[in-house]
Amino acid sequence: MKYIEEFRDGSTARKLAGAIAREADPEREYRFMEFCGGHTHAIFRYGVQALLPDNVRFVHGPGCPVCVLPTGRIDAAIELVERHDVILCSYGDAMRVPGGGRRSLLQVKAAGGDVRMVWSSRDALQVARDNPQRQVVFFAIGFETTTPPTAVALQQAEAEGLENFSVFCNHVLTPSAIQRILDAPELREMEPVVIDGFLGPSHVSAIIGSRPYEYFAEEYQKPVVIAGFEPLDVMQSVRMLIRQVNRRQARVENQYTRVVSREGNARAKALVAEFFELRRSFEWRGLGEVPYSALRIKGDHAELDAERRFPLSDHPSREVRGCLCPAILRGTRKPTDCRLFGTACTPDDPKGSCMVSSEGACAAYWTYGRFRQARESAA
Amino acid sequence: MSRDPLLASGRVEMVHGSGGRAMSRLVEALFLRHLDNPLLRQGNDQAQFPVEAGRMVMSTDGHVVSPLFFPGGDIGSLSVHGTINDLAMAGARPLWLSAAFVLEEGFPLESLERIVASMARACREAGVAVVTGDTKVVERGKADGVFITTTGVGVVPEGVEISGDRARPGDAILLSGPIGNHGVAILASREHLGFETAIQSDSAALHGLVAEMVAAAPGIHCLRDPTRGGLAATLNELARQSRVGMRLREESIPVEAGVAAACELLGLDPLHVANEGRLVCICAPEDAESLLEAMRRHPLGARAARIGEVVADESCLVQMETRFGGSRVVDWLAGEQLPRIC
Repeated sequence: MKYIEEFRDGSTARKLAGAIAREADPEREYRFMEFCGGHTHAIFRYGVQALLPDNVRFVHGPGCPVCVLPTGRIDAAIELVERHDVILCSYGDAMRVPGGGRRSLLQVKAAGGDVRMVWSSRDALQVARDNPQRQVVFFAIGFETTTPPTAVALQQAEAEGLENFSVFCNHVLTPSAIQRILDAPELREMEPVVIDGFLGPSHVSAIIGSRPYEYFAEEYQKPVVIAGFEPLDVMQSVRMLIRQVNRRQARVENQYTRVVSREGNARAKALVAEFFELRRSFEWRGLGEVPYSALRIKGDHAELDAERRFPLSDHPSREVRGCLCPAILRGTRKPTDCRLFGTACTPDDPKGSCMVSSEGACAAYWTYGRFRQARESAA
Repeated sequence: MSRDPLLASGRVEMVHGSGGRAMSRLVEALFLRHLDNPLLRQGNDQAQFPVEAGRMVMSTDGHVVSPLFFPGGDIGSLSVHGTINDLAMAGARPLWLSAAFVLEEGFPLESLERIVASMARACREAGVAVVTGDTKVVERGKADGVFITTTGVGVVPEGVEISGDRARPGDAILLSGPIGNHGVAILASREHLGFETAIQSDSAALHGLVAEMVAAAPGIHCLRDPTRGGLAATLNELARQSRVGMRLREESIPVEAGVAAACELLGLDPLHVANEGRLVCICAPEDAESLLEAMRRHPLGARAARIGEVVADESCLVQMETRFGGSRVVDWLAGEQLPRIC
């Protein structure tokens, strides 16, 4: 795989690890939050942490779209299937998340509900074309990366006059979540988060550009390095963050220049602006209600909005007792701090959302991290 | 076949499973014609055959793959290879198979014939025979085309003692070839994914390779074919059965470039992707080289590699040194990766 393997080269990694070890000040701690689940996954899959000095640590952020989805939205999706008899098209990961009533879409499917796994919004459109007599709803989730494809599906549905297609929109915005995390110390109910810098999202930034992060860097005096998803990208970005911290800088730097520009993808942004508008507030798992942090379908396209097409009941979100997902998503607790981790909550029987998606911090810890844990407890 | 009035519609009908004349016609025109052998020809409800000396092994496997035809195979050849391989993983020589078909009403007879002909070809190549069988028809919508269950009987040569609980610390872990081809071939052939690859399923009968291996080193400890759940699941199973840990080197695990690229695109880990013509062998370190040589002489083991070692570990973890220089746990796959792959 040309152009990918180069970013996974072991000998370059060792050199970079040497440079990081020399530059990191042994007298202090470096805590960097990787916002995106994609980074969390890369860190664990390639064993990046093992190549870093012990005082350089990752704080896993809330950037896994499945993990931040509140249980009430899952319950609403279930209602669409069971009460309104729609065909619900969902990305695979979202099907395993238990809702507030502990039921997941997979269980609803097993009980006879028409839930179908799709790989893209395009697949959902095809389901609508193939089933003209049924209402088909696309369960749209994700950050800025998956929003443009949903916009394309809406555009296509309008162009074709697909009357049986609509979108249950749960798209959320990265900058609002980062701000929420940084604001957390001011919020009475949340523990303060100690973060020395951010690894900025790769694919999200390809769409929105690096400019939106400039505000945080400035306002909160935290360095941000937009980082690619390959392990060498992550290591190089860590080195850039360490340098900024050492020099007491707080700038936005772009390590992922091969994909991300300052302004982002203008066409994608225009398309999103045509079909979506800001919600006044949206609930995030772990972060609570976050103002202006999510999108809904604009009024001129209201007929494609499943929330307007189908009357939905109010589903308050509920967490399993003892589940630390909210604190883990904010980076104040580690998965291993949770007493459910690895006992009541495993990938086979997830209680909290962080265990469901492979991008979730708990699942990543469970799948890849036990090696380190075993080593640490032996030491 | 279509000239027969009882088969003229060209589709499986409920009457073909009713036990009457139509069923008998279907069996003769299709199953007997392709799978013909003296034991099947006897026409009894069971097959009778002499018992050989030594230990016999028996295994059964249901096949529900979707799609039924995929690059490098189909449900027919897969249903023969799958059961043969389960026998071969005990070091056995497979002898006889049974085949039970669940057919969906409306399924094209032409497709059924292709599947049965493919089974017959796989049997001939492997030197086994389907000696007894059964056919059931269910209403449209109650099955997905064809489901095939095969059961196999084989004989284990004297002195061979292969079992999943025999891995010992220090043992070598060998893999017969590149992983992930079957799962990716199945995935690529699902229309809605809309990508094309030249990747073929590795579906193959492994008993010939196993016979060469057993001849080279009769003391093999464990053999297993990494099917559903992939190499990761198989190694975890063996680690747990033998109460040991394993340490793998990622760079020594062969993955074809096309498979690696497809996995990258779809977010899959090749270690979790199914295979239907590969095996994992665990042996004493002193047997490793002669086994690798024997494997590489056989076409199905041409790219065999030593991928790691068995270690003492009470928690039975399978660990891997990544190509990147880090380490990680190789876990079972949680949930389903691909529905109905075999």
